[in-house]
Amino acid sequence: MMLYPKNRVKEPPASEITPKETYQAFELNRRQLVGGLAATGAVAGLAAAMPKQARAEVKLQNLVTTQYTVPDRATTPEGKAKSYNNFYEFGEEKDDPARNAHTLVTYPWNVKVEGLVAKPRTFEFGELFHLQPMQQRVYRFRCVEAWSMVIPWDGFPLSELIKVVEPLPTAKFVQFLSLENSKEEILPFGIPWPYSEGLRMDEAMNPLTLLTFGSYGETLANQQGAPVRVIVPWKYGFKSAKSIVKIRFVKHMPPTTWNELAPNEYGFYANVNPYVDHPRWSQAHERLLNSYSLFPQVVPTLMYNGYSDQVASMYAGMDLRKNY
Amino acid sequence: MNDRRMVIGKTVVHALCLLPALALVRMYFNGALVAQADPVSYITHFTGNWALWILLADLAITPLRRLSQRAGRQGLNVLVRFRRMVGLYAFFYATLHLLTYVLLFSGYNVPATIAGLEAGRVLEPWRQLQLIWPAILDDLQKRKFIQVGLASWAILFLLAVTSPRRALQAIGGKNWQRLHRLIYLAGALGCVHYWWLVKTGVRTPWKVTAVLTVLLLIRMAFWISKGAKSAPRRQATQRQGAY
Repeated sequence: MMLYPKNRVKEPPASEITPKETYQAFELNRRQLVGGLAATGAVAGLAAAMPKQARAEVKLQNLVTTQYTVPDRATTPEGKAKSYNNFYEFGEEKDDPARNAHTLVTYPWNVKVEGLVAKPRTFEFGELFHLQPMQQRVYRFRCVEAWSMVIPWDGFPLSELIKVVEPLPTAKFVQFLSLENSKEEILPFGIPWPYSEGLRMDEAMNPLTLLTFGSYGETLANQQGAPVRVIVPWKYGFKSAKSIVKIRFVKHMPPTTWNELAPNEYGFYANVNPYVDHPRWSQAHERLLNSYSLFPQVVPTLMYNGYSDQVASMYAGMDLRKNY
Repeated sequence: MNDRRMVIGKTVVHALCLLPALALVRMYFNGALVAQADPVSYITHFTGNWALWILLADLAITPLRRLSQRAGRQGLNVLVRFRRMVGLYAFFYATLHLLTYVLLFSGYNVPATIAGLEAGRVLEPWRQLQLIWPAILDDLQKRKFIQVGLASWAILFLLAVTSPRRALQAIGGKNWQRLHRLIYLAGALGCVHYWWLVKTGVRTPWKVTAVLTVLLLIRMAFWISKGAKSAPRRQATQRQGAY
C-alpha cells in the first residue's frame, strides 16, 4: 500500500527514511523542527543526532525502472544535486534554496489545470501523484550556465495528465505557473513572480517530458521544486518549472520568466544547442558535476542534450539560431 | 607609530589578507571543497569576491584617513602605510581568480598535465594550454564580462609591478600618482564584470557597487573642496615669489 502522501504530514516512520552518509542539515523540515533551531547554524550536529527528523523527503514505493539511463556518465552524487539549485524564489545564489526552502509548505498542495481543455480540473496532490505508476528515469540535466548533472528523476510522462484533461484543438501551448507565496518564499525583487514557463503542445506531449515528483528514489527536496515539477531533458534547466500550482492550456505562446527578463539571452525554446552560444558564454562545452573531483570533466555539449533521436523531428525546418 | 608597532601592524594585515586563501587551502585538504556541488564555480566566486572586497578595503583607506583628519584625529594617518600592501593582496586574489578561469574553468586538463609532467614531458603544460587556447581566445573576443575582468586585472598588474619604491623614483611622484589613480578604474571594471556576469534581474553585485560608489563620491567631494581651496593658495605663493 502506498503510504504517500499521508505520511508527509505526520512524521514518516524511520524505516521510510533513507539513511544518508552525507547529511544535508538544511533539509530539515519546518514542520518537524523544534522552533528556530534551523536558524542557529548548529543544525549539522542536530541532524546527525536526530536523523529521524532530519529529512523531509520520503522514499518512493513501487518505482518502475525504465530504459531511460545515461550509461556513459556517472550519476551526480545526491548531496550535490540537492545543494546546488537555481530556484530564485528562495534566493539568487545556488546554495540559497537548500538553505531557505525549508519554509515551503508542500502539503496540502493543489494543481489547477485550466484553459483550453474539455475537462478543466483542480487536482489534489494525491490524485495527481496516483494518476500513473511512478517511473525512474535517469536524464542528463544541462543548465544554461554551462554545467550539467546526471539525475535519476521519478515521475510519469506529462502526456498522461494531458490526456486526462482533454485539450481542445485550439490549445497550442502549455503554461506552467510556479508557487508565488511571500510567506513561504523570499521572492527577490527584480524578477516578476510567479515564475512562468511554457512548452509547445507537441513538446509537452513528448514522451520524454516528465511530470516529476521525486529524485533518487524519494520525493523531491523542497529546493528541487517540491512537490511536483516538470523535467524537460533536452532543454536548458530553466524550462523545467518547479513547485507547479497551475497548468494552463493556451492558444498563443505564453510569456516565460527568463525570456521576458532577457529575451536576447533566453529564448522560449531554449533547446540545448552547442552551436548557439549564450551571448555571454559559450554553450559548446559543459562542466560535468558528477564527481568529487576538483578537476571536473569538461565535455562537449550534445545537440538536444543527447536526445536528438526523440526530439529533433519536432524542430525540422526551424531556424534554431532564431528560435533559440 | 614606532617601528615595532608597525611590524605588528603589518603582520596583522598580512594575516588578515591571507586568511581567505588559507581557508580555501584548508577546505581543499579537509574535503569540503570537493564536497561543494561545483568546486570550480565555488573557487571562482570565492577568489573573485575576495579580490573585489580587498580592493574596496584598499580604496577605503584614503577616504577614511581624510575623514578622520577632518574630525581632527591624526591616528588613522598610519593606515596609508598599509595601502600598497592591501592593494597587492587585491592583485593576488585577482590573479588567483584569473588562474582559476584558465586552469579550471576553461577546460584545461589538469590531471593530464600532472600525468605528463610525471612522465617527464616538460612541455605538457604548454601543450594542454594550446588545446584550450581557442576557447579562451573565443571568450576574449566575444565576452564583454571577460574583457572588462581582464582589463581590471591588467590594471592591477600594472600597479603591482610599479609598486616598488624604485619604480616610483623612476617614474616620478606625480606620474606615479596619476598612474595609480587607475585603481578606481580597476574597481569600477571589477563591478561591471560582476554585473555583466549575473543574469538580468539578479542583483547580487549591488553591495560592492554601493560601497564603490560611496568611496568614489567621498573622493569627488574632496577633489571639489580641494579645488576650491587651492585657488587662493596659488595666489599666495605667487605673491611670495614676487617678494
